Amino acid sequence: MSPLTLKLWRDLRSFRGQVLAIAVVIATGVMIMILGAASLEAVSKAQQRFYDSHQFAQLFSHVSRAPEHLLPRIQAMDGVSQVESLLRTPVRMAVPGYDKPVRGLLLSLPDGQQPRLNRLHLREGSLPDRAQPYGVVLNEPFAEAHGLRSGDTLTAIIEGREQQLVVTGIGLSPEFIYQIGPADILPDYRDYGVLWMNRSTLARALDMQGAFNSLALTLQLGAVEQDVIAALDQLLEPYGTAGAFGRDDQVSHHFLTEEKKQLQVTATVLPAIFLGVSAFLLSVLMGRIVRTQRQQVAVLKAFGYANGSIVWHYAQFTLLVVVLGGLLGTVLGAWFADGLVALYAEYFRFPDLRYQFQPRLAVLAMAIAALAAMAGTGRALWQAVQQQPAEAMRPPAPERFSPGWLERSALARVISQPSRIILRNLTRHRTKAVLSILGIALSVGLLVLGSYQWASVKKLVDIQYRLIHTMDLHLSFTGPVPERALAELRSLPGVQYVEGYRSVPVRLVNGTRQYLTGIQGLEPEPQLRRLIDSQHQPVALPTEGMVMTHYLADYLGLAAGDSLEVQVMDGAQPRLTMTLARVIEEPVGVGVYLERRQLNRLLGEGPAINGAWLMVDGEDSTALFERLWQMPKVAAIGHIREAREKLTAYLDDTMLVFMGVLLLLAAASAFAVVFNNARIAFAERARELATLRVLGLSQREVGWVVMGEILLLTLLAIPVGWLLGVGFALLVAEALSTDMFRLPVIFTPQVFAFAALGVLLAALLSGLLMLRHLRRLDMVGALKTE
Amino acid sequence: MAVQPEAIFVSRNLTKQYTMGEVTIHALRGVDLELYAGELVVLLGASGSGKSTLLNILGGLDAATGGDVRYRDLQLTGASDRVLTRFRRDHVGFVFQFYNLIPSLTARENIAVVTDIAPDPMTPEEALALVGLENRMDHFPAQLSGGEQQRVAIARAIAKRPAVLLCDEPTGALDSRTGIKVLEVIRHINETLGTTTAVITHNEVIGQMAHRVIRLSDGRVSEVHENSQRLSPAELHW
Ligand SMILES: Nc1ncnc2c1ncn2[C@@H]1O[C@H](COP(=O)(O)OP(=O)(O)OP(=O)(O)O)[C@@H](O)[C@H]1O
Ligand SMILES: [Mg+2]
Repeated sequence: MSPLTLKLWRDLRSFRGQVLAIAVVIATGVMIMILGAASLEAVSKAQQRFYDSHQFAQLFSHVSRAPEHLLPRIQAMDGVSQVESLLRTPVRMAVPGYDKPVRGLLLSLPDGQQPRLNRLHLREGSLPDRAQPYGVVLNEPFAEAHGLRSGDTLTAIIEGREQQLVVTGIGLSPEFIYQIGPADILPDYRDYGVLWMNRSTLARALDMQGAFNSLALTLQLGAVEQDVIAALDQLLEPYGTAGAFGRDDQVSHHFLTEEKKQLQVTATVLPAIFLGVSAFLLSVLMGRIVRTQRQQVAVLKAFGYANGSIVWHYAQFTLLVVVLGGLLGTVLGAWFADGLVALYAEYFRFPDLRYQFQPRLAVLAMAIAALAAMAGTGRALWQAVQQQPAEAMRPPAPERFSPGWLERSALARVISQPSRIILRNLTRHRTKAVLSILGIALSVGLLVLGSYQWASVKKLVDIQYRLIHTMDLHLSFTGPVPERALAELRSLPGVQYVEGYRSVPVRLVNGTRQYLTGIQGLEPEPQLRRLIDSQHQPVALPTEGMVMTHYLADYLGLAAGDSLEVQVMDGAQPRLTMTLARVIEEPVGVGVYLERRQLNRLLGEGPAINGAWLMVDGEDSTALFERLWQMPKVAAIGHIREAREKLTAYLDDTMLVFMGVLLLLAAASAFAVVFNNARIAFAERARELATLRVLGLSQREVGWVVMGEILLLTLLAIPVGWLLGVGFALLVAEALSTDMFRLPVIFTPQVFAFAALGVLLAALLSGLLMLRHLRRLDMVGALKTE
Repeated sequence: MAVQPEAIFVSRNLTKQYTMGEVTIHALRGVDLELYAGELVVLLGASGSGKSTLLNILGGLDAATGGDVRYRDLQLTGASDRVLTRFRRDHVGFVFQFYNLIPSLTARENIAVVTDIAPDPMTPEEALALVGLENRMDHFPAQLSGGEQQRVAIARAIAKRPAVLLCDEPTGALDSRTGIKVLEVIRHINETLGTTTAVITHNEVIGQMAHRVIRLSDGRVSEVHENSQRLSPAELHW
């Protein structure tokens, strides 16, 4: 091995603490990059495979009822490749061994056959054959949640009639990769399920023989989706279409798209932050190494080493740190990837979701890390190049000294000699001190970044449930019912308060922009489903005009006072012009609200509702559920209070794991930074500290010089770090925000306290490690080497 | 010296100025000088007279402000960094007053740093044997005494069999016995390898071992004295 290589290894070894610390930060960046990219690739590929092999439709349309003989006309439409009609209906179910009513979506299968579009992937059993009119295939997560297997039975209420169903098979559909109930925030596989049965049976139950209420289509190559949608909507208008929509508006596809977008951010923004921090740390470390080795560089140059070989010598140091961190990150990434993919497999159901280790991803991640590192080290390398070989001939330059403000200030007289040394060191080496503070501040920032999302999400859930959705139960009806139904609901056992609503699907149009959504008609001052402003104060609905969330208003390019076109996709399908009375600041969603009776009038109906919210007294709801079960008009029962509890539990579990990992990494990085800093300071001071010991200062006094400096720097760094953390958080929130959603960046005092505490702990720990070094400091040795 | 050998270094009106803010320091104010192949020269002069500055320029470590300096056919003034690097690598060995060993490398490895890139080096072991440190080869600088470190530094300078050996106060930090040992090594190299050698010192006595003594004062050559009779280092006393 060449002597320079030897020197490299020994340098690496003597700086092993810092090297390891920086490697951990790099590893974190590389790991997140690999995890994000690998998950993205696994999900994208699995999605593509599933869509291709099971003929996922490209266009969807739901109607109230249309005759089957329309199909040839649809098939003949420009741009349509394949078309398939089907029936779908919401159902209520009772699963043996589960005491609450379950919501479901029942879809038809061509009798005994796979559909042509949205084919099922069977995990077990088979499709129901003609001899099993009430055989059903269950969507896998729902079956799993209840432990249902082929041959088991369950009860369903289809159009008010109770019916025993037999499970013939369990499967997956490209249409329900992400299975989530209407209006749910999170998938709930126990309370909501998708199932398929033979069309002839379902047609009989719904009285839909010779008719369909749902369409799935694929398009010809080069067909324009918008044109086909327009033609289809026109054709189906007499049949009560809610408007055709493409994959972008299909729930499962939409969620997958959003998830992939988030993964993309995860794979770029977070690693960028971590790699940026590591580049900074490397630049500080290399800067200091080159500075302390000035004489060595000069000697090498004096003996004829060219600039190139000296730059390469120090560049190798950097690259080795990167390789170390990169390998560590790759190993960790490969290790966690399986777990992450398993987590995805829980929420996104593909026939096969495989994680494949991609060496090129690791190489790419490392190359990016190396680039960042080299960018960070560039200055130090330049300093090495600039080093004059004649330096070697001169004695080490004595430090420049002039009495600073400190010596002249009154403070100097009251503090002890060691404390004065600390302050003098910091004021004398201002650049160094600033860099140290910045380094520690970065770690505080990472801690803030690691913990703020946690607080933000909790806050969001709190707003959503404590301020907006305050109901316990949500009933949706099979169709509009007269307002007086509310009285009946009010009389049910355990019900304390009832509020009805009327909702209707609409297409909102403003110029060229449009959005398919639903209007909710609410009480003027709704209590169970509140509207809030940016100050979280309840908002009353205006008597004229509609209210919408700012996401939607922005998306449509509307401001309060503007008018817009409302195409009702139900009943007589009126097209109305309405004014936007007010924009509200709901943190989630794209709601549109109208005073209910106003909506009734616009729809040309009397006071009617098609859903209701209930507040119930906690204890025993069995009696209530029994009565609801017997009401034929109740299509679905949503357990909002339970959803809230589940969501909180989910946050506490899953999110905690996610955040926990990020936090752990942030904490490791924080420790890395602080320790790194302390170690460098110690190495630079070894001579001075030894001199102090020789001059008779006690172990404790010299220890205070070390410890006090670390603590002081840390204290100064904390507020700077808070600011940096807020910056990081805003950056990530910006990157994650979509047209329709933005995680509010909310900082609680705990987040700041936590970050400060974390870094102080790291400082304390680093300080203690340094004290150990100090105890072993070889005075003679330290004074002998230059 | 009967036959005047070839002058391998020639300097004419060599000047060097350091500008520090408002003040300009004239370290060299016009040095005219020759160094002949194979001779051993001692440079004397008061502190600040410009000895180190001159040596640095001769060795290609530093660039002159004005004037002219040549090494054989090579114009050193105005030469590029690459040319100077090449020149140092192929022809010059340095001994520094402060040893300047690389602390993370052993004695042997410190020498290998140089032998690795030289065209015709001796082995580090041979070089260490020449300075009598063959049994200290695997010691780190911190494990060696000052004199031993200086001898390693000399071994490092001579290991590539340089044509020129430049020593800046090689004995400055040493006691007289150790200093004499170091000087013996230098003289041995000068005689056996024919290395042109320049030694800076404050110690007048050392001048007695040189072929010539060149005295600098205030940035100029003030006196050149040729020794008719040279002493061996062992005969020197201080
Ligand atoms: N890098 C520098 N910047 C400014 N002035 C310098 C520098 N190096 C040397 N000088 C000045 O140049 C003059 C000559 O310095 P030089 O080091 O050559 O003296 P010297 O004869 O070697 O002295 P000594 O015997 O003390 O080593 C001195 O006045 C010194 O202050
Ligand atoms: Mg000098």
